[in-house]
Amino acid sequence: MIFKASTLPRWALLLIWVLIFAAIFAAPSVLPVFRLNLLGRFLSLAIVALGIDLIWGFTGLLSLGQGIFFAIGGYAAAMYLQLTSSANEINGIPEFFGLYGVQELPGFWEPFYSPIFTLIAIWLIPALLAGLLGNLVFRNRIKGVYFSILTQASLLVFFNFFNGQQKLINGTNGLKTDVSQLFGQMVGSANMQRSFFWLTCLLVILSWFLLRWVVRGRFGNVLIAIRDDEPRLRFTGFNPTLFKTIVFAIAGGLAGIGGALYTVQSGIVSPQYMTIPFSIEMVIWVAVGGRGTLLGAILGAVFINYAKSLVSEAFPETWLFIQGGLFIVVVCALPEGVIGWLQNGGVRNLLTRLGWSKPISTYPKLQNSGIDEVQP
Amino acid sequence: MSAHLLELRNVNVSFDGFLALNDLNLSLEAGELRAVIGPNGAGKTTFLDVITGKVRPTTGDVLFKSRSIAHVSEYSIARLGIGRKFQSPRVFEKLTVQENLELAVSQPKQPFSLLLGSLTAIQRDQIQHLMSIVNLQSKSRWLAGSLSHGQKQWLEIAMLVGQDPDLLLVDEPVAGLTDEETELTADLLKSLAGDHTVLVIDHDMEFIRRLDTSVTVLHQGHVLCDGSMDQVQSDPRVIEVYLGSGEVEN
Repeated sequence: MIFKASTLPRWALLLIWVLIFAAIFAAPSVLPVFRLNLLGRFLSLAIVALGIDLIWGFTGLLSLGQGIFFAIGGYAAAMYLQLTSSANEINGIPEFFGLYGVQELPGFWEPFYSPIFTLIAIWLIPALLAGLLGNLVFRNRIKGVYFSILTQASLLVFFNFFNGQQKLINGTNGLKTDVSQLFGQMVGSANMQRSFFWLTCLLVILSWFLLRWVVRGRFGNVLIAIRDDEPRLRFTGFNPTLFKTIVFAIAGGLAGIGGALYTVQSGIVSPQYMTIPFSIEMVIWVAVGGRGTLLGAILGAVFINYAKSLVSEAFPETWLFIQGGLFIVVVCALPEGVIGWLQNGGVRNLLTRLGWSKPISTYPKLQNSGIDEVQP
Repeated sequence: MSAHLLELRNVNVSFDGFLALNDLNLSLEAGELRAVIGPNGAGKTTFLDVITGKVRPTTGDVLFKSRSIAHVSEYSIARLGIGRKFQSPRVFEKLTVQENLELAVSQPKQPFSLLLGSLTAIQRDQIQHLMSIVNLQSKSRWLAGSLSHGQKQWLEIAMLVGQDPDLLLVDEPVAGLTDEETELTADLLKSLAGDHTVLVIDHDMEFIRRLDTSVTVLHQGHVLCDGSMDQVQSDPRVIEVYLGSGEVEN
């Protein structure tokens, strides 16, 4: 590949988007509410995956701790919903507090009475936290596998903290949202769930546009330069720490949004969202879909999760083997992921290898443009 | 106040007791073209590392435009006007030639100006001009990684010039180049001197001779002698360090 040709042909891209839109618009009438709800949840996970693609696929930061930001977004949404529907409870505070003898609402819950504060907190708190944690790591020039280990360790810290705080956030039981009220309706009702599905679709598309804008142009090129040769970039006069902090904060914010949408569509948020395997799975979605492709992150998250739920229904207990196998196959055979493979002429290469298509000369693009020899 | 563009004062760099630079004193005037040579392990690359902030001097001070830069971060030093070309060509291989140059000429190099702003007409012209100097116009949309070794060297020099530094540090620019390319590179560097101050490090004596400029010889981390190429080559101390004195040192 001598040109920066890392986009699918226009017709292929158009086709994929037409299919995606068709699927989105058809889904509510075709799928039963249960399946629609699942799809909505997987699309929420796609938002998290988009953030991972930004920091890993483009910038080379492999975070194994996105669960932190995902769960915090979920908790922010759940706290608001708990408060809106606890007016009739004892002391007017969420029911679970009674179990632990808590009489008064902890102070940090207060702002979550406000819907506007909650809507901002869902993405701003995870983004700020990610920016802060990220900056501490990046300014000390911790990179590569050490960065990954640190993010995983942070995940463990947050998991244990949230797990142990019964009196603050109901500890390991988590916060339920499905029986809470929003706009006079039950959050778990079919109508609400359908609205959440639309909202999720909208946000996936908006996130995709946001990131596409971020990674195109010079800012995106700086991210690629950080991934490929960070010291060189410093001598060009750029401060990589600043860029890394910004993209890590964006990914954190997206994880928060994804977490909130996932929470309202699954009916509960709990420290289980911060387990280590779950955060690793998020990375697998992106790896399988294709790093640095954005579209691959969305498709990876949706299809792997859909496969997971279908396989788990048919053959419980086999899913983990399939998922592990999928990851191994992708790493060995398609290191650029499915979309990355397609972008780099994978189909043609496969046909050639099978002998169904004539091998092409070295630089087809040069031939097309009338240059038949490559000058050194 | 010193009038020198760059001045190293008694710089020592110690790596776990090993003195890579030993009481190094050196100064450069604005507009000068200077060649630095020295046998392997003379501290040539460490010398560049100290100037660009990659390595901190253990003792001593580095002054650029009369300002100490011994403890300034790499990117700030780059913004102050010191550009560096590495020994092996280091370009951003997954970016195109054009994009590599865009990063070099971007000004300011802040995230939000890159995100919200676009290149000015002057910067775009500058990129075209740079590509024409190094003969890469026809390959502007090629990935830098697919260029030949010599083209990468030139792209990196073009990026360096695009940063518009006052001082260019060039580390072995002709390693692995053909004779013809070496010749062109020497001419290119000579044409840059005057507007810029250029410091070239190399082993290649023929190349240094072609630069036709004053030469500084480094040995064991300090300056052994300076002068013209002919003076330096006839200096018995230089002959001794290059050819060995017959003693075996352990």
